Amino acid sequence: MTTVKTAKRTKRLNRSFMGNLGVYTVLFILAAFMILPLIYTIVSSVKPLEEFWVFPPRFTVQNPTTENYKDLFTILTDSMVPFSRYLFNTAFISIVGTGGHVILSSMCAFALSKHKFPGAKLMFSTVVLALMFNTTVTRIPNFIIMSNLGMLDTYASLIVPAFGSSLGLYLMKQFMDQMVNDSVLESARMDGAGEWRILWRMVMPMVKPAWLTLIIFSFRDLWNIGSTTFIQSEQLKTLNYVMSQISAGGVARAGATAAAGVIMMIVPVTVFIITQSNVVETMGTSGMKE
Amino acid sequence: MSAVSLKLKRGNKKSLGHRIKKNAISYVLSLPYFIIFFIFTVCPVLISIFLSFTTFNVLEAPVFIGIENYARMFLDDDVFIIAIKNTFILAAITGPVSYGLSLAVAWLINDLNRVMRAFITVIFFAPSLSGNVLLIWTVLFSSDAYGYANGMLMNLGIINQPIRWLQDPQYMMTIVIIVVLWSSLGTSFLSFIAGLQGINRSYYEAGAIDGIRNRWQELWYITLPAMRPQLMFGAVMSISSAFSIGDVVTGLVGFPSTDYAVHTIINHLQDYGGIRYEMGYASAIATVLFLAMVITNRVVRNLLSKVGE
Repeated sequence: MTTVKTAKRTKRLNRSFMGNLGVYTVLFILAAFMILPLIYTIVSSVKPLEEFWVFPPRFTVQNPTTENYKDLFTILTDSMVPFSRYLFNTAFISIVGTGGHVILSSMCAFALSKHKFPGAKLMFSTVVLALMFNTTVTRIPNFIIMSNLGMLDTYASLIVPAFGSSLGLYLMKQFMDQMVNDSVLESARMDGAGEWRILWRMVMPMVKPAWLTLIIFSFRDLWNIGSTTFIQSEQLKTLNYVMSQISAGGVARAGATAAAGVIMMIVPVTVFIITQSNVVETMGTSGMKE
Repeated sequence: MSAVSLKLKRGNKKSLGHRIKKNAISYVLSLPYFIIFFIFTVCPVLISIFLSFTTFNVLEAPVFIGIENYARMFLDDDVFIIAIKNTFILAAITGPVSYGLSLAVAWLINDLNRVMRAFITVIFFAPSLSGNVLLIWTVLFSSDAYGYANGMLMNLGIINQPIRWLQDPQYMMTIVIIVVLWSSLGTSFLSFIAGLQGINRSYYEAGAIDGIRNRWQELWYITLPAMRPQLMFGAVMSISSAFSIGDVVTGLVGFPSTDYAVHTIINHLQDYGGIRYEMGYASAIATVLFLAMVITNRVVRNLLSKVGE
């Protein structure tokens, strides 16, 4: 293993020392730009209020406190909905939405990838076409559809559309196309295994990187989902909404905004850190031909 | 060849109904997803196109009015013209820059060892994972001296008065662009990292023998052509998000923004659809945006097919 590594390192072609130095300088500056606002968020979340009112503003914190986090749970008392409710809503929507999305899109991707049936090609090309536009464009017509289905102002208005997200199906199908060998499935069929059994017992373990990737993408979208279009009831709204409410308070609420921000980012970032090597493996098959 | 397709071969001469019956299991597997996808992704587009030729307030039935909505949009609605201008400025800057940045960073970290690469991937991907955390920028660019940007500039003596970053049309667009770029290294970035990882090392060795002299030639003649499928996919992802900027604007500068300085088509859509309930007009706006995305996608993918030639 070590010999392979050193061989790789010495054999890297077309690289000069000055070039490398330049490359790492640029990389460092860019990385600082990306990470500093997040570090600022974390630092500010433990900053007592009086330290926000100093001039010039300091990046660091003198007397760390947990007041901001406690504030989060009391700051919204006038809206009659406790912060924990928004947290619950977001967690509930994210977990149910992600679970349903992974299950339904795996089933569909399996059929599209490994079966030939009338309509399969049409289904997949529609999904590919749908990758080209964002759900923000369809928000208004979706409002009309949901009002006809009686889904407005329910959890379902946020959860059910997430089941049918196009990116997940696309990634899962591409991964199954390239990573699941047809002959293995064929021999299982010879042994009398049904399609359900083949999907859950054989294919799903093989495509673990793909469903972990679907989990992180779906979770990212749902954990951050805005709820103002489809949801009117305060007690059904999400963290994304409550965070914009708090941040409207400006510097006076900076600590609470930061604390809410930490809660918002810690979950998806942690999920990503755990799943990241699988995600990269999956994205290797994400390419589009044309 | 799979058993299912063998079955299909045998069933080929029979009626479509028979073929569907033969493939029942395939439909049982695919339809639950597809029906939901169809209702919430395909139907909205169709409904949008249909309603764009009507006037519709949700309560009464839609009334057909021909192309009146489109005429009003381009001839009579000054704010829409501002919105379309802002949307194209934002898309033309954030789309290519974010795409280029994703590619550049992915390429730069490709030479690093596995642990460093994973670490830097997390740093660059984290902002796009953090969603509304971008609101922290409202604290950084707060309009008083306690905001970080103002405080720093005043402390250095560059400005005397705090700048109203998020209310002054002179700065709003720039700040929205910065924040959008900050949170835009997403799906395409990951796809590029994976694409670069997948390139066979022997291509580079062969290239060196064929006279590739530096990393730039290597990039253009070997690396980019080898990852063309990822470049295509990344373009699709970048384009659709570059045209969908709207919620970020509302979060940073409020709705409506001062003088509509960063009012986008998405904001306009939200205004007519979500607030005024003029669904016919809102649908026409959505249809225009939809077409802009699909056409840009076509053009860009044609351009990308020429990479490395």
